[in-house]
Amino acid sequence: MAAEELPSEFDVVILGTGLVESVVAAACSRVGQRVLHLDRRSYYAANWASFTFNGLLTWIQQHHEESQSEEVQDRSSLLEEGEELIYLCNSDSASISNLQVFCYTRETHEEEEEEAPTPDPDPADTTEVETSADGDNGVKETSETVSADSKEKETKDEASDEKEEEQSQAPHTDGEEPETAQPQPPTAPSQSEPVRKKISYTHLVKEGRRFNIDLVSKLMFSRGSLVDLLIKSNVSRYAEFKNITRILTYRNGNTEQVPCSRADVFASRQLSVVEKRKLMRFLTSCVEETEEQQVYNGRPYLEFLRDQHLGDNLQHFLLHSIAMVTEDTPTEVGLTSTRHFLRSLGRYGNTPFLFPVYGLGEIPQCFCRMCAVFGGIYCLRHSVQCLLVDKNTNRCKGVIDSRGQRISCSHFVVEDGFVSAERKKVATPPRSISRAVLITDASILPSDSDQQVSMVTVPPIAAGSPSVTMVELCSATMTCAPGTYLVHLTCQSVGSAHEDLSPVVTRMFHTSESHDQDERPSVLWCLYFNMADGSAAQVEGHDLPSNVHMCSGPDGGLGHEHAITQAQSIFDKILPQEDFCPPAPNPEDIIYTEEETKKEGVEEEEEKETTKEGEEEEEEKTNEEEKETKKEKEEEEEETKPLKEEHKAIQPEELWRAEVLDLLTQLVLVQKEAAQHQAQVVQLLGMLGTQNSQQIQDLQNMGRHQSLLVENHQALLLQTSRIANHLHDITKKPAAASQ
Amino acid sequence: MHGRLKVKSTAQQEEQKRQEREKKLKIFVAVRDACFSKRKEGIWDDEALKLTQQVLSSNPDFATLWNYRKEILMHQETVKEKDEVQTIYGAELSFLESCLQTNPKSYGSWYHRGWVSSRMPKPDWARELTLCDRCLSLDERNFHCWDYRRMVVKMSGVSVDQELAFTDRLIGSNFSNYSSWHYRSTLLPLLHPESPEPPSPCLKPAQTSPPPSPQTHSHRVCEEQLLKEYELVQNAFFTDPNDQSAWFYYRWLLGRAEREDMISCVYVSRDEERVAVAFSRPVNAQSVGLLLVLDGQPQRVEWRSVHPRFKHSPLWICDLPPGTISDISYEHNLTVHWTEKHIHRDCALYTGRTESYCRDSAMDQELFRSELSVEKTSVLQSELQSCNQLQELEPLNKWCSLTIILLMRALDPLGYEKEMLAHFQTLREVDSMRSAYYSDLCSKFMIENTILKMEYAEVRVFSISDKNLTTLCHLDQLLLVTHINLSSNQLQRLPPQFAMLQCLEVLEADNNSIENLEGLYHLPKLEEVLLKNNKISTLADLQPLASCPKLKRLDLRGNPVTQIANVESELAELLPAVKDLLL
Repeated sequence: MAAEELPSEFDVVILGTGLVESVVAAACSRVGQRVLHLDRRSYYAANWASFTFNGLLTWIQQHHEESQSEEVQDRSSLLEEGEELIYLCNSDSASISNLQVFCYTRETHEEEEEEAPTPDPDPADTTEVETSADGDNGVKETSETVSADSKEKETKDEASDEKEEEQSQAPHTDGEEPETAQPQPPTAPSQSEPVRKKISYTHLVKEGRRFNIDLVSKLMFSRGSLVDLLIKSNVSRYAEFKNITRILTYRNGNTEQVPCSRADVFASRQLSVVEKRKLMRFLTSCVEETEEQQVYNGRPYLEFLRDQHLGDNLQHFLLHSIAMVTEDTPTEVGLTSTRHFLRSLGRYGNTPFLFPVYGLGEIPQCFCRMCAVFGGIYCLRHSVQCLLVDKNTNRCKGVIDSRGQRISCSHFVVEDGFVSAERKKVATPPRSISRAVLITDASILPSDSDQQVSMVTVPPIAAGSPSVTMVELCSATMTCAPGTYLVHLTCQSVGSAHEDLSPVVTRMFHTSESHDQDERPSVLWCLYFNMADGSAAQVEGHDLPSNVHMCSGPDGGLGHEHAITQAQSIFDKILPQEDFCPPAPNPEDIIYTEEETKKEGVEEEEEKETTKEGEEEEEEKTNEEEKETKKEKEEEEEETKPLKEEHKAIQPEELWRAEVLDLLTQLVLVQKEAAQHQAQVVQLLGMLGTQNSQQIQDLQNMGRHQSLLVENHQALLLQTSRIANHLHDITKKPAAASQ
Repeated sequence: MHGRLKVKSTAQQEEQKRQEREKKLKIFVAVRDACFSKRKEGIWDDEALKLTQQVLSSNPDFATLWNYRKEILMHQETVKEKDEVQTIYGAELSFLESCLQTNPKSYGSWYHRGWVSSRMPKPDWARELTLCDRCLSLDERNFHCWDYRRMVVKMSGVSVDQELAFTDRLIGSNFSNYSSWHYRSTLLPLLHPESPEPPSPCLKPAQTSPPPSPQTHSHRVCEEQLLKEYELVQNAFFTDPNDQSAWFYYRWLLGRAEREDMISCVYVSRDEERVAVAFSRPVNAQSVGLLLVLDGQPQRVEWRSVHPRFKHSPLWICDLPPGTISDISYEHNLTVHWTEKHIHRDCALYTGRTESYCRDSAMDQELFRSELSVEKTSVLQSELQSCNQLQELEPLNKWCSLTIILLMRALDPLGYEKEMLAHFQTLREVDSMRSAYYSDLCSKFMIENTILKMEYAEVRVFSISDKNLTTLCHLDQLLLVTHINLSSNQLQRLPPQFAMLQCLEVLEADNNSIENLEGLYHLPKLEEVLLKNNKISTLADLQPLASCPKLKRLDLRGNPVTQIANVESELAELLPAVKDLLL
């Protein structure tokens, strides 16, 4: 492996592109550290990622397959005097377990096969629904088999690592089931209820790109640390956000709206005027700490609420939906989370939560972008194999990457999945999060608008079962296809995800497992899995060199507090003197003087070349570099989506890709030269003196534009490399693509 | 050097900004001048439109240029085809939209928009409504937009119930919005007018003949709707009792009908040969066509208010020509016509009587209570209950206490007197910044109650001592009072209105803080003034007393004025008629 692929010296090397790692990367890069940010995966954001429907299917498949750990190559030849190696593990699949997929919709619609694949409901479908009269039983059987099947798998998984079996499960669930699965026909089609068109599996796949399915389900508290950080650092400009429009709760078999803002309370029909007053008064009074509250320290929050004479309605709302705690949570904790909720209320709307358009996976990527803008270098599909540790100081001197290149660094930040279990200190027993992702055909609580974004709290439905947080996203959040809703369920695991969450799903949704016909939304497709709880891992106390910092994966909380606090504490350890993510300057305030352009230009060029060569030489790896200003970012954003889509369709050609890369590289070089010439011209003109000042100013502007143009081309280059990435995906998995 | 970006220093930034500003200014001034010179030359071409657009888009508050634009557009109207005009106006509207984006509160832009919309051959009102709604969703309190919207609604004839639904929506999203509540108060009477009940005879003053004018009830709402509104507004003030907007709307809902115009009292005195006329509201007698007919003969008299300071007054007096009624053996019939309102009132002065008056007997019903049907009274009772409920939850909420007081006043002013005083006490404590206001309001209510008591007792003695009065009001109601006792209050002055007590003979005002006697002005019958322990400090303050011809007895003990040297002789000079002077 050629050593010139990457610069061999960085200040900080970061492995893993999860939220914590990305924030650390952005923070370090922002204050001038040389950052190399790597991820073994082909996508950003690790377990924080969002996938298209098809992307998610691939991810599921990968997790079923992911077994053969790559052979660990011996790198001891690269050791120098007084060094030792710490090998990182290459598989992070341990964080995901108990994957189960269920499909409750027919693979295709008979009519749809012929007709144009429009998502609009066509009346012809009603006939289709009527024809399959005894489909109900069929589905019932299927799903039973599947669940039984998967339970078997689970037990096997627990017993041993029978990877082949697990592999076979994915095609089994994905492929076999739709054949037998039938759409839900109303056994007694009622006249009053309009027949809901059932969306077919093919349709989901066809519309798959419209989905952005998050692996974690979180919301951003409007005054939470993530929002504060996004604002403070100006990273917020890279993304758009939507308000959660309503907060719901599941109670006595009904889904009700929780009045939490003033307008909600005013409009609520469930509450009497006296209850309204009591609720408002409680909400206002608990913002401040009082002696009365302190008396209840250590006693359950529910007891405190009871003693406030609030009534059952209000107690339920306050405990489950506003504090979002359980009945035995101590009062001080309950009050703290109530306050956290209330503080965030009213900043951006009637609820305290925001959600990023295009999904949560955008957030880590925004921070990566920020890092790249300030010079960070990005390589996906590129990992670190081992750490070089100075025996005397027990500090990490550098790393050896997956290509065997030795890269020195003063700090190494790593996602915990890459650290072998014996070196980690984790809470025992290991905690995990149960997750379910449902694609449904209707909202859990229909209202005037079909574009509601709802947060639903579901208190434990039976003793010992967990309380579940549910987020229902509509197509306006750009996370699901029009006509569908994306529902995320999350809880702290008690059993497997399916055990924990399917009771809630069957109660609140119409699945083929339930017999009764009602107006509950139908589940079209769903996924259950468990994910390791990031809050179980600890920052301190690992058997690692002192300058190696471990980042945990997503935690089970609703907000991002855990991740942001961790990122900041890691940053403070690396650079105790520096400001954490100071505001990025406005693009127009950045100086592009002639000398700077020249100097920086050369430097960048070098970096570019190294990265590019890397790509060309070894085409399995793709290096990305981002160097953008806000303007380019905007332009790019417009381009991103269509470009991706367009090129996905084209049959991949390695040659063509290489050609395009070459051409673009040349273009960038040419533009750079042009910019340099312009800058020289400007310099000359500048010496002509004041009588030509107007002209000079114009030319300076031109120079600036030129350099912007150069930057644009760099952005374009980045685009291309991304496209290349996708193309690569497609070539590698023709099977997946054709599906 | 890696990755460190060069960022401009603030000085550089400022310099650059300054240069940009200067450049902008230069362009702005040039274009503005071009516009002005074009206007001077009377050129109304497309180029002028473009130039003004350039200036206005950066400064939409340039009224002159908007006017120039109007001239140009009006000119275009005359020379172009109708379709073309429509297009021009359409373009104008979209230009205005961009102006409103720069400054959503620009008077000029909103006004111009209104002008354009009204001149457009085929205005698209639906679009304008959407624009308003969008604007209001961004800022629900933008009154420019509210104004414009009212115009659009009027022009396009949006139905009233649609508009009511619109206020429902705005109030639903944020009820702290005076505009919406107020709009509601104008819509409801249109949509649910109060059914014109036949006025119950017992409540009606017997002597007012003309039917109630249609305006009197125009802002009332039918009871059924009223109940719904009570519920809505209760939701609001139970949710946030500290928000005033809902309380003010509630007060409007509870409001009573305006008093009818009428002559409430005619008083005639034989000794002074004087007539006093009281009206239900302050008027200017010189301009309302007041006519005095004595024994069938119209009299030429000069009406004057009781104090030269009043141009409008509820009480007017006139002197009859000397000798017309002075003979005690004659009976006289007086009629006062308020010709403007077709209202008149008769008064007979019988033989052997020195004075006579004619007035409304059911004053209490008329003045200090709302005209309530039985149903409404029960509604108010339940309103009072829910307010009391809120009061229990929020004992310190001033709006609630104040509303309770008003409800109690409406229901039974005398019965709730004690509770009312207690609520005023709380109000003064919880809202100490406005304690003086509450004291004044309390004084007003106490005076009303005392008037009622006096009415019931059918006496001409008004006694309100030791009630912490801080101010005097309703003095026009005390025209006939002969004896007034204001002792042991906190009064600081006898205001000019005090001169309305035309029959007053004895004034007791001991133990107050009175500094000013302005109101003791030309009181024809005043004989005795007791001002022990007040704060009269100069002889000039006593000056008004000199205008009271019959003043005999004056008690000034305990006033700073008594400390002045020679006070006795000075007073003798100032008030020669006073025989009984206590210092």
